[in-house]
Amino acid sequence: MAGGLLAWLSGKWEPYLPRTIALISILIVFGLGLTIWISHASLSFYDNDGWIIDFKRIWIPDFGISFHLAMDGLSLIMVILTLFLGVLSILCSWDEIQERQGFYYFNLLWILAGIVGVFLATDLFLFYFFWEVMLIPMYLLIGIWGSENRIYASYKFFIFTQASGLLMLLAILGLYFINGRNTGHYSFDYFDLLNAEIAPTDAKWLMLGFLIAFVVKLPVFPFHTWLPDAHSEAPTAGSVVLAGLMLKTGAYGILRFVIPLFPQATAEIAWLAMLIGVIGIIYGAVLAFAQTDLKRLVAYTSVSHMGFIMLGAFSFNELALQGVLLQIITHGLSTGALFILAGSLKERLHTRDINKMGGLWADAPGIGTTGLIFAMASCGLPGLGNFIAEFMILMGAFKANIPLAVIATIGLVLSAIYSLRLMQKVFLGPKTDEHSIKDFSLREIIIMASLTIAIIWTGVYPQPIINTVNSSISKLKEYYSSAVMIEEPIVKKEIKYLPKSIDNDGK
Amino acid sequence: MTVSDLNALMPLTIIAVASVVIMLLIAFKLNHKIIQAICALSFIVSLVSLSNRPSYLSNSLHQLFIIDGFSIFVLALILFSGLVINVFSYIYFEEKEENPKEYYILLLLCTLGAEVLVISNHFFPLFIGLEILSIGLYVLIAYLRTRNFAIEAGIKYLMLAAFSSAFLLFGMALIYTDTGTMQFNLIADHLNKLGMPSIIFLVGFGLMLIAIGFKLALVPFHMWTADVYQGAPLPVTAFIATVSKAAMFTVLIHFFNTIGSNRFQISTLIITLIAIASMLIGNLLALNQQNLKRLLAYSSIAHLGYLLFAFLSSNKLGIEAVSFYLFAYFITTLGAFGVVTILSSKEQDADHIDNYRGLFWHSPIAAIVMTIALLSLAGIPLTAGFIGKFYILSAGIDAHLWMLAIVLVLSSVIGLFYYLRIITTMFSKGDKHIIKENLLHPAYYILSASTLLFLTICMIWFGIYPIQIILFIRSVLN
Repeated sequence: MAGGLLAWLSGKWEPYLPRTIALISILIVFGLGLTIWISHASLSFYDNDGWIIDFKRIWIPDFGISFHLAMDGLSLIMVILTLFLGVLSILCSWDEIQERQGFYYFNLLWILAGIVGVFLATDLFLFYFFWEVMLIPMYLLIGIWGSENRIYASYKFFIFTQASGLLMLLAILGLYFINGRNTGHYSFDYFDLLNAEIAPTDAKWLMLGFLIAFVVKLPVFPFHTWLPDAHSEAPTAGSVVLAGLMLKTGAYGILRFVIPLFPQATAEIAWLAMLIGVIGIIYGAVLAFAQTDLKRLVAYTSVSHMGFIMLGAFSFNELALQGVLLQIITHGLSTGALFILAGSLKERLHTRDINKMGGLWADAPGIGTTGLIFAMASCGLPGLGNFIAEFMILMGAFKANIPLAVIATIGLVLSAIYSLRLMQKVFLGPKTDEHSIKDFSLREIIIMASLTIAIIWTGVYPQPIINTVNSSISKLKEYYSSAVMIEEPIVKKEIKYLPKSIDNDGK
Repeated sequence: MTVSDLNALMPLTIIAVASVVIMLLIAFKLNHKIIQAICALSFIVSLVSLSNRPSYLSNSLHQLFIIDGFSIFVLALILFSGLVINVFSYIYFEEKEENPKEYYILLLLCTLGAEVLVISNHFFPLFIGLEILSIGLYVLIAYLRTRNFAIEAGIKYLMLAAFSSAFLLFGMALIYTDTGTMQFNLIADHLNKLGMPSIIFLVGFGLMLIAIGFKLALVPFHMWTADVYQGAPLPVTAFIATVSKAAMFTVLIHFFNTIGSNRFQISTLIITLIAIASMLIGNLLALNQQNLKRLLAYSSIAHLGYLLFAFLSSNKLGIEAVSFYLFAYFITTLGAFGVVTILSSKEQDADHIDNYRGLFWHSPIAAIVMTIALLSLAGIPLTAGFIGKFYILSAGIDAHLWMLAIVLVLSSVIGLFYYLRIITTMFSKGDKHIIKENLLHPAYYILSASTLLFLTICMIWFGIYPIQIILFIRSVLN
């Protein structure tokens, strides 16, 4: 297993090789990921504390830094999602990128490697390392292969994320030293730091450092401004990776680090985080409605959907957390699909302005159908993954905070409005352009078909995913309830009435 | 004077002898190549001679010099940097100056001055070293005398260096009046006896701080930096940025640590303010620069601010952080200036940002080296600069300097902006009209290029796997 993991990381660092090699290498890794999943699907994830793979090498012993990768259900699912979208993003840039292919795929693979690293790292130093590693190639990807306004967008992206990342580094160091002083054992290892005892005020600051990094990445309402720019200027694969994966590193970070490391501090600000999440839901939806640029529209829907993640993650109950996980996956799929759609439309029409589109259904029913499916997914139609996810989050949130959950539900209505507007403007209505456009090619059909299957699968039968992450989620809940026991008895009462498992609701 | 003393001073002796030898050889009219080779050789021999480290110094020498682990480390860095600069110099001067040979004497002399500074434990060698370094630099800065900026820069440096020397002398005099000694550790003893320092001492201390601040180009004493960087020949700029600053910084550390400057709250406060101002203002001023040399000048101000931050944390980790950061800063800065040197043409330095438009697409190696160097300066992971910054932050947070840590984070974000600007320029689509000068000296070109590659590999290798250098620094420091 350890060797497989190493190959996983190093195998992708093959620079300057054309697209086939990129595709093959990622397919191999994807296959590997799937094998791990399948071979563990039957096993109980409660074994061995829920950690499937644990790989540790000494790196910088003097600082207590080790090259420590570990995988549990949560990271396994994230990795699978990463690789799946990775394959698709390589496929969708197959023809789009004509110049400097070698360097392009080098960057793309490097981003993917960074993201996989983020999902696997259990050493905080290593985590920060990967966190930053994925930034530079992304910056280059936007800066070199993006559209007109790319320089501005790439700056904004890089500086936002880097600034917040440095805050996280400060927080990591703070945690490191506080824990080191208390225990005499200086270590960046996640498992060592998990049990760190931190004074509440310190914990609050440290938690904020982490949280800011993650919510900027997510991005949540006041920090979202980089997202539409970066999304709309990036090449299609860049948008897919950004929306489908990079945003998810933020969500992952909250689940993996913020809550377990600082349960009490998190509990204290939970209402604020939920409020911000709800603001994000409404705000993103309203802005999405007002956009005329197709990619920007999709980007704002991301802001809205990420608000749900925020809401769910800080509702702290099993239902909501499972919903968050599903939301992460389904949003990755549906937004990825919408971006690929926008990319292929741009390739055909050379515009992203939806006012210049219209009546495309007649020419390209294939594009229209998939567009319909994913627009519906995005507005949360039952039968598709997003519905389950958002439904579960709202159920969970309802237990934690009724008014906020109610407001968030309004977001669902708004999402229906913008999705319908998107469909109306682009595919229906009078035809504005005289030229007829080609429908999907075989390659695009493959991409879309796999995404459609995936989203319907998560919509109809999400149980395998939930099973996989269940152990991680129940652990998260433990952290939270331990904190609640000490601090806030109010919320605890509500937790007691939770259903033990969500099995029946999920179906 | 014992054998071990001689051994200890060997690096200095070799450099001094070499400069005399070269002077004699020039009289025989040997050609540029041989002179350069001898100069390089003397750097190498001197570097090697560092490895046999003396166990103790005899009393007479101990009064003047302090050869501890830290000075050995900085000495090695200085000699290494001298060697690299020497390699880059050949191409640069062969094309531009009909008479490049004296340059090497001055280079050696400046290095000698820097070495004396690094090991000084007494005001005498401190001042003498400083003057050797400065006077050599006056000439070096204005070496390409046909260029307009060169003369301006030389004069500017002359004036300000003279001023700062005056401050330094006056400060030393005041401290001497108060304590009756010029030896660092005796001054410390005196202070220990007194408990509270007198006003005269504090004034002298402040004056010395000003002089050191000038040399290190810390805010608010930074005005000269950009002009001098811009006007000086590239290898000399690299020399100022690395050797001269490192030497001065070592003096600062030796002097302040010996007398325990963190005992006075006022001095800690002032240094904190200077560090904050340097980090922020250095990076802010660099934001809008179109000239790469000026940009690097301002960025070096900020980097000195980071170093001060590490120095302020005044714990064991702090000194390690300073050492590591100096190391990272050296290889990075040398790499960056090396690229600029190689790209420079006969008429002018490749110092305008437009020279780099689309560089990646016609000479990818230079662009990659530059990108890595800039990322390392910006402190992005996978580079030595990141580990350096990480080290400094650890030291600072260990000493509870949260305020400074946050300023460092802020200013690195600002810094990121202009480093990214250059990188973006290099990767943007350029017009292909770059004049590809035919390589006059292919052998030296290859030599310089391989040196650059070596530096780059160091940047990456120690960025990923820094443990060797950390262990080395620890072993040297103990």
